[in-house]
Amino acid sequence: MKELSLNILDLAQNGIKAGAKLISLEVNEDEAGYFVFRVRDDGCGMTPDMVQKIRDPFFTTRTTRKVGMGVSLVDMLTTQCGGHLDITSVPGKGTLMEAYFAKDNIDRPPLGDLPVTMKVLVVGAPDLDFTLTYKHGATGFMFDTRKLRSELGQLADFTSPVLYEWVEAFVRENIKAIHEKLEG
Amino acid sequence: MKTVADLKALREKLQSEMQVRSDSGTKVVVGMGTCGIAAGAREVMAALLDEIAKRKLQDVHVEQTGCIGMCEKEVLVDVIRPGEDRITYGKVKPSDAVRIIGDHVVNGKIVQELVVGRIERQKK
Repeated sequence: MKELSLNILDLAQNGIKAGAKLISLEVNEDEAGYFVFRVRDDGCGMTPDMVQKIRDPFFTTRTTRKVGMGVSLVDMLTTQCGGHLDITSVPGKGTLMEAYFAKDNIDRPPLGDLPVTMKVLVVGAPDLDFTLTYKHGATGFMFDTRKLRSELGQLADFTSPVLYEWVEAFVRENIKAIHEKLEG
Repeated sequence: MKTVADLKALREKLQSEMQVRSDSGTKVVVGMGTCGIAAGAREVMAALLDEIAKRKLQDVHVEQTGCIGMCEKEVLVDVIRPGEDRITYGKVKPSDAVRIIGDHVVNGKIVQELVVGRIERQKK
C-alpha cells in the first residue's frame, strides 16, 4: 500500500467486521516527534492471545477468509520507519491500534488521500458512526458523523451523493486550513 | 470553509434528493478486504461514487463487502440491477467506472470484457 490512508481504511474495516458501532480515527502529524495514527473501535475485541498472534502475517481468525494481513503490514511498516504499533484490546469492549512513525523518516509512506478514505468509509458502512480527529501538534479539527446525524435527522443518509461529497469536501478543506495556518 | 454548523444548504439539497431514493434501485458492491484495498478498491469505489454524483443518479446504492476469496481478480465489483442477474466484474480500474455506471447501471448493457462471474437472479 502506497498511502497510510489506505492502511487506515484497511484497519477500520477490521473494526467494521468486529461489529463496531463507532470507529474513531485520529491522525497527528507531529506528536512529540512522531507521526501517529490511531484506529479505535468498540467491536468484539480480542483476547490477549489473539493480540499477540495478530502481528504474524500467517495468522488469521478466518476459517474461509475474513481478516488477513492488514495488521502485520502496518506492524512491519512502523518498525521500518523508526516507530512501533501498539495494540490494546479488551474482549467485548473493542480494540485500539496506534501506529507510530518517526516524524521525519524518509521511508514513511505519505498519508495520501484521507478525505477519500473517509468518504468510502461512511458510504460503505452508512449505519456506523465515524469520528476523525486530525491534528498537527495542538492545532486540529474534528469530524463526527454523530453531529451530522443530530443536525440532519432523517436526512443523514451517508449513501446519498450530496452527503458523501460534502463529507469529502469537509475533511479536505479542514486539512488544507491546518496546513495554511501552519505556513502562515 | 465548510463547518458542521453551516448545514442549511446541505439540508435543502438532501431533502429534494431523498424523495426519489428507495431501496429498490440498482446495487453496486465493491470488494474492500485488504486484498481489494491493496489492488485499488478505494480508488475504484471513489470513481464509481464520482460518476454517480456527476450523473445525479438518485437510486443507485454503492455498498462494500470483504474478501470473497478471488484476491487475484481484485478489484471486484458486483452490479445487481433489480430483476436481473448479478454480474461480477474483475480487475476493475478507476477508469472502468464510467462504463460500468454508464453502460450497465444506467443502460442495462453489461461490460462483457470485464465480467468474471454471473449469478442467476433468484426466481420467486
